[in-house]
Amino acid sequence: MPVSVTTVPQRIALAGNPNVGKTTLFNLLTGLRQKVANYPGVTVERKSGRLAGDGPATGAEVVDLPGTYSLNPKSLDERVAYDVLVGRMPGEPVPDVVVCVVDATNLERNLYLVTQILDLGLPVVVALNMMDAAEAAGLEVDADGLADRLGVPVVPIVARDGRGLEALRQALAEVPAPPDRPGWTLMPAVAEVVDRLAAQLTDEVPDLPPRRARFEALGALTSDPLLAPWKERAPGFHAAVLQARAALEERKVPYRQAEMMGRYGWLGPLVQSVVTRHKDPSEATLSDRIDAVLTHKVAGPILFGGVLLLIFQAVFSWATPAMDAIEAGVVLLGQGVRAVMPDGWLEDLLVEGAITGVGNVLVFLPQILLLFFFLGLMEDTGYMARTAFIMDRLMRRMGLSGASVVPLLSSYACAIPGIMAARTLANERDRLITIMVAPLMSCSARLPVYTLFIAAFIPSGALFGVLGYQGLAMVALYVLGTVMAFVAAWVLKTFVFKGDASMFVMELPPYRLPRLRQVFWRMIDRAKAFVVRAGKIIFGLSIVLWFMASFPQADPDPLLEARREQAEATFTARLDSIAAAEGLSAAEVITRGPMEAVQAADAERQAVLDAVAAEEAGRQIRQSLIGRIGRAIEPVMRPLGFDWKISAGILSAFAAREVIVSTLATLYSVGEDDGEPVMLREALKADRYPDGRPVYTPLVAVSLLVFFVFALQCMSTLAIARRETNTWKWPAVMWLYMFALAYGFSLLVYQGGQALGWG
Amino acid sequence: MPTLRDLDPGDRGTVTGYVADDPPGRLLEMGLLPGTLVEVVRRAPLGDPIDLKIRGFHLSIRKHEAAAILVERVPAS
Ligand SMILES: Nc1nc2c(ncn2[C@@H]2O[C@H](COP(=O)(O)OP(=O)(O)OP(=O)(O)O)[C@@H](O)[C@H]2O)c(=O)[nH]1
Ligand SMILES: [Mg+2]
Repeated sequence: MPVSVTTVPQRIALAGNPNVGKTTLFNLLTGLRQKVANYPGVTVERKSGRLAGDGPATGAEVVDLPGTYSLNPKSLDERVAYDVLVGRMPGEPVPDVVVCVVDATNLERNLYLVTQILDLGLPVVVALNMMDAAEAAGLEVDADGLADRLGVPVVPIVARDGRGLEALRQALAEVPAPPDRPGWTLMPAVAEVVDRLAAQLTDEVPDLPPRRARFEALGALTSDPLLAPWKERAPGFHAAVLQARAALEERKVPYRQAEMMGRYGWLGPLVQSVVTRHKDPSEATLSDRIDAVLTHKVAGPILFGGVLLLIFQAVFSWATPAMDAIEAGVVLLGQGVRAVMPDGWLEDLLVEGAITGVGNVLVFLPQILLLFFFLGLMEDTGYMARTAFIMDRLMRRMGLSGASVVPLLSSYACAIPGIMAARTLANERDRLITIMVAPLMSCSARLPVYTLFIAAFIPSGALFGVLGYQGLAMVALYVLGTVMAFVAAWVLKTFVFKGDASMFVMELPPYRLPRLRQVFWRMIDRAKAFVVRAGKIIFGLSIVLWFMASFPQADPDPLLEARREQAEATFTARLDSIAAAEGLSAAEVITRGPMEAVQAADAERQAVLDAVAAEEAGRQIRQSLIGRIGRAIEPVMRPLGFDWKISAGILSAFAAREVIVSTLATLYSVGEDDGEPVMLREALKADRYPDGRPVYTPLVAVSLLVFFVFALQCMSTLAIARRETNTWKWPAVMWLYMFALAYGFSLLVYQGGQALGWG
Repeated sequence: MPTLRDLDPGDRGTVTGYVADDPPGRLLEMGLLPGTLVEVVRRAPLGDPIDLKIRGFHLSIRKHEAAAILVERVPAS
């Protein structure tokens, strides 16, 4: 390797098995806050940052990689790690030094990957992580002995609290010498073949260093995916590998197992010599005892159901006080702005558009934070991996796998990380199906819509005094989406994606105490993202919507004008007749006339004027651009029970779901004659058709909710699905089938409900 | 010879080989190699997958894969 011994590293990669603390260390080294959680497969793409602190290597690029069990990638996330380490990532040179993060409580399996990385010949520093857990488990690891045996620096650390970080920084101050080849050996029959193939590969691809050629030859011999790319690059080598395989098979040499046997055979005694056990390893740990309950045959599923029920109930009921406070704050802010700003369209724009639009979405922040809090707890304790274990059998029936549970549960927060997490699925069919159904899991952007309509139209009583109807309705919506995801997966498995059966191989990490600081920061980050989103997208859209709702201005209606003049005339006539009766002049009657009669006359006038103003506002909004659009699509939405305002709201929500809330808020606010920021919930309840029927019956609300459970109204989801499937085909299918479900089920609900006489 | 699938929760065994010539590579990379001591900890509530303890960590695999691995029972001590 042409690396001089005393250079300062420019690019440092963090590699290792899944869930060993790579990202925890990455955050420590860079000061960033990438996601850390206690299950394998949290990081699924390469993340990069700069080495913080002061030292020679400060500012070097640090790359956090997805976890991988070997350099024989089985899934897309492992592939990313592989590509970076072997230098196949387009536009990315190989790292100057690889920090191999290993779990000290689980050395043998962790070192398997380390021996592979050593074989590559890249400079390596081993970060011996989780020393605290090792100590607690009664394991004593001799780091110096390990360094000796591996021939690379080994630094014991506790990434969770920063112990050993300084020593690690020092080890990274300069690029260590490339390691010698580790001493493991292949069985002779295979070693000989690999040497021969490596020589042939070097002939064909001369710029490959000999050590690297041997690594590639072994990979190509034992793995089809690793052999495939050579067909074009080195056809002779490709053919030779196939020949060699046939010959080995003929002689019944178990060459595909040779590498594992060789490496583990070398590692077994090595680990024995550096680890001292102070406790009986077969003794049940605390984690084992927790598992005995949480994955128990009967208690396990019940607890899982209970946990989900608790989360949704809590999200619905615990957030209420904070939401009320924000709502009151928004109204106050609107009134304050009205009070200080001069009347005019700018004031209207600010209050009716911006404040109402953004405020009505911000109200839901507390709920979203609570949801993230609970999901964070599940992820950080290690329970998430157990849900995969519990659900695998059921998921398999549906065409998914236990490994789909993590992506799907993540989709309750947001489909985007959920779709990304599907990268951990080794089976391509499972991955595609998981991606296709993930958006059916109700994400946090649906919460505002659910909450608004449930709070307005579902009675607030409680079943048996404890289970609130509103909370139950919320759970029902989540269940509806989830069940439909299963059904869709089954349909896809049965009719669309045929493919080989999948495997399920998942490590169950030990339970760990959740780190509240971590959960807290994740909530803060989430809150920021939500506020920024509300601030950017919804603020902008609200303003656009306000313009669309306010212009073009409706021509004055002569009939309304006449009514207004009529009211004024009646008032004047009444005053005149009072004046005549009392013997006063027309001017005196206001100040000296009989109070009661004058006030009655005035109230009558005011009532007519208010009604006229309200009608004018309503007329204005119907005449406006958004009103025209809404009314244009109303016929299509009418069978679902939606009026033109809801139709306009749904249309505006196609980019992002929660926009419907701000659209409705702006529509009702502009539609109010006084333009005060409205309590949206009240405005919905009060809205009437011209003939006096309420616009929203509970049936309409349910139909709308069902529509939002199913419809895919999220540009970002489509974009990420495009990226993860590499084609527009699947996102298009996704959008269409979900829209069909939304329309079909809303139609069924509304028409069925009406036929049964429910509204 | 029994396979890993035949062991009941609580049983232990030593891997002796594989039923087919080509066992799943991932299981081998995780350390399920001849000579390795395996404990079946429990079955999932629906009977599948199973939770194994090998080399000091917990690994969950399906019965279908477990049936590919030959074991020799280790009598409880
Ligand atoms: N006890 C202990 N736990 C740790 C330590 N370092 C990390 N953890 C925990 O280990 C779990 C996994 O940490 P991550 O940093 O997400 O691991 P990762 O290697 O990035 O995982 P993947 O991205 O899934 O490959 C988390 O629950 C961490 O809090 C440590 O030194 N001691
Ligand atoms: Mg990570």
